[in-house]
Amino acid sequence: MAEAQLKASSPSALRVRRIPPNWGYFFGSLASHGILVSYSILALFPMFLILINSFKDRQSLFQVPYQPPIWFSLVNGFSIINIGSTAGYEQVFARADVISYFGNSLIVTTVSLFLILLTGAMASYALAEYQFRGNRFLALYMALGIMIPIRLGTVSLIRITSALGIYNSLLALILVYSASGLPIGVFIMSAFMRLVPSELKDAARVDGASEYRILFTLVIPLIRPALATVLVFNMIPIWNDLWFPLTLSPDVKTVTSGLSTFAGQYKTDWTALLAALTLAMIPVLLLYIVFSRQLIRGLTSGALK
Amino acid sequence: MISTTRPRWHHLLIFLAPAVLIYSAFMALPLLDSLRLSFLHQNPDGSAVFAGLANYNRLFNDPFYKGPFLRAFLQNIEFFAIFMLVQNPVALLLAALLTSRNLKGRAIYRTILFAPTTLSIVIIGWIWTLMLNPLWGIVNNIIKGIGLASIMPKEGWLGSPNLALVVVALVGVWQYVGLPMILFMASLLGIDDELIDEGRVDGATAWGIFWRIKFPLILPTVGIVTILTFVGNFSAFENVFVMQGSTAGPDYRTDILGTFFYRTMFGNFGQLPDTSMGATVGSMMFLIILTVVCIYLFGFQRRLIRD
Repeated sequence: MAEAQLKASSPSALRVRRIPPNWGYFFGSLASHGILVSYSILALFPMFLILINSFKDRQSLFQVPYQPPIWFSLVNGFSIINIGSTAGYEQVFARADVISYFGNSLIVTTVSLFLILLTGAMASYALAEYQFRGNRFLALYMALGIMIPIRLGTVSLIRITSALGIYNSLLALILVYSASGLPIGVFIMSAFMRLVPSELKDAARVDGASEYRILFTLVIPLIRPALATVLVFNMIPIWNDLWFPLTLSPDVKTVTSGLSTFAGQYKTDWTALLAALTLAMIPVLLLYIVFSRQLIRGLTSGALK
Repeated sequence: MISTTRPRWHHLLIFLAPAVLIYSAFMALPLLDSLRLSFLHQNPDGSAVFAGLANYNRLFNDPFYKGPFLRAFLQNIEFFAIFMLVQNPVALLLAALLTSRNLKGRAIYRTILFAPTTLSIVIIGWIWTLMLNPLWGIVNNIIKGIGLASIMPKEGWLGSPNLALVVVALVGVWQYVGLPMILFMASLLGIDDELIDEGRVDGATAWGIFWRIKFPLILPTVGIVTILTFVGNFSAFENVFVMQGSTAGPDYRTDILGTFFYRTMFGNFGQLPDTSMGATVGSMMFLIILTVVCIYLFGFQRRLIRD
C-alpha cells in the first residue's frame, strides 16, 4: 500500500499520466506520413519516369509518358499492351563506348580509394603514434585541404600534369582525387587511431613486431569503421565528378563525362538520351539500395566527428 | 592526446612520404601555384613576366571582366540564398519528422529521400532538363493541373531570364537535400530524451519543444551545414554547365563563379583561353571561400561549441 503510494507520487509515474493517448498525436503522425510520402514521391518520380520511358520508342514516350512499357487494358476484355522498345539502348551502345566509360570510372574510383586508404592510414599512424618535431604543423597542413575545393587550382593542375606527361590520362584523375580525399581521410583515421590503447601496441612491440606489422595487422583491423567512413565519404564524389574528367582528361572519358558529351551531342534524340541516363543511373542506384544503411551510417559518423 | 612513441626517422619517412607527396603535389602546390600565376602576365609566345596586381586590376576595372565577374558573384550569392532558404529548412523539416518518436518506416523514408544525392549532377541535370522541356511537358502538365498555368514563363523554365537561375538552383536543392537531412537527423537523434521529456511535463507542445529545446542543441550542425552549403555553392559549376551550358544562358543570367572561371580559363566564343586571368579568377574564389571558412572556424564554431 505504502509502496503503491510512493510509486504514484514518483515523477516517472506522473510523467506517464500526463501524456494520454490523444487525437492530436494520431493526426500529427498522419500529417508526418503525408508529408514524407509526398516528398518520397517527389524524389522517386523523376527517376521512375526516365526509367520507364527509356524502354519506349519516341512516339509513345511523347504520347503516353506515364504508361509503363508493358501494361494492360480492360477495354474489350483483358489485353496486354506492349509498347516496349530497346531502340534507345541499341543507339547508345552503337554510338558511345559505354563499356570503356564504365571501366574508366571503375579504375579511377577503386585505385583512388585504395590510395587514399593506404597512404592515408600510413600517414595517420605516424601522426597519431609518434612524437616528432612538426607533428602538429603537418596535421594542420593536411587538414587545411578539408574545406578548400581543389578545382580552384585547375589552371596549375593542367600545367603540372602536362609537365609530368600524364595530362589526358586516368593517372592524372587518380592522383588528383587521391590528393583531394587525403585531408578528410587522414583527419578521420588519425582520430580513430588515437583511441587504440597503447598497451596493445606496446605488447606487440615487446613481442618483436615491426612498426609496419603493428599498423597493418593490429591497428588497421581495429579501425575498420573509420576506413568504411573514409570510403563512403570519397566514393560518391569521385565516381560522380565531372569537373576533372572535363578539364584534365578530355579524351579519356568516365561515365559522367561520357554521358555529358553524349547528351550534348544527341540532345534531340530522346530515346537514346533516356537510355543513356538510365544506363548511368541504374548501377549506382542498385549499389545504393544494397549498401544504403552502411553508406548513411558512415556519412553521418564522419561528418559529425 | 599526446603521442608517446619516439620514432626512428626511416619509419617516419616511409609512413608519411606517400601521402604528403601526393597531397603536396596535387593539392597544395596547384593552389599555391595558381596564386603565383595570378601575379604573372602571360605573353603570346608562352613566356611570362611578373605583373604584380595587374591581373586583379583588370578583373575589377576592365569592362571586359568587371561586369561579368560582379554579375557572376551576385548571382552566386542568389544561388546560395536559394539553397539556404529552401534546401536547409526542408532538410530540417524532413529530419524533424523522421526523428519523431514511434515513426514507422524511418529507414525506408531515409533511403528514398537520400537516393537522388547519390547520383551524378549530370544525370540529375539532364533528367530535369527533359522534365522541364515544354515539348515533353511533364512539369508543365503538373503546373497546369494544379491551376498555376499563369506562372509558366513563355520562354520555358530554363529560357526565362528571371526564373532560370531559381529553377537550376531548385534542381540542385532537390538533389542535395538528403545530405543536410541526414546530418540534422544524426544530430537530433543525439539529443538526450530526458530533456525532451522534461519539456513535455512542463506542457510544451511539439512545436515549442522543437524550437526551444531541440533547435538550440543542434546549432553546431546548422553551422556545419551552412558552411558546407557555402563552399559547395561557391565552387559549383556542374549544376549550371549541365543544364545551361558553359555560357550560362539565357544571356548569362545563370552565370556563377564556377562557370565564369571555366570560360575565363578555357575561352569561349570571341574570348581566348587565358591562363593568367583563369588563375586570377580561381584565386579570387579561393580567397572568398578561405575568408568565409576562417570566419566560421574562428568566429562561429568556437562560440557554438562552447555553449
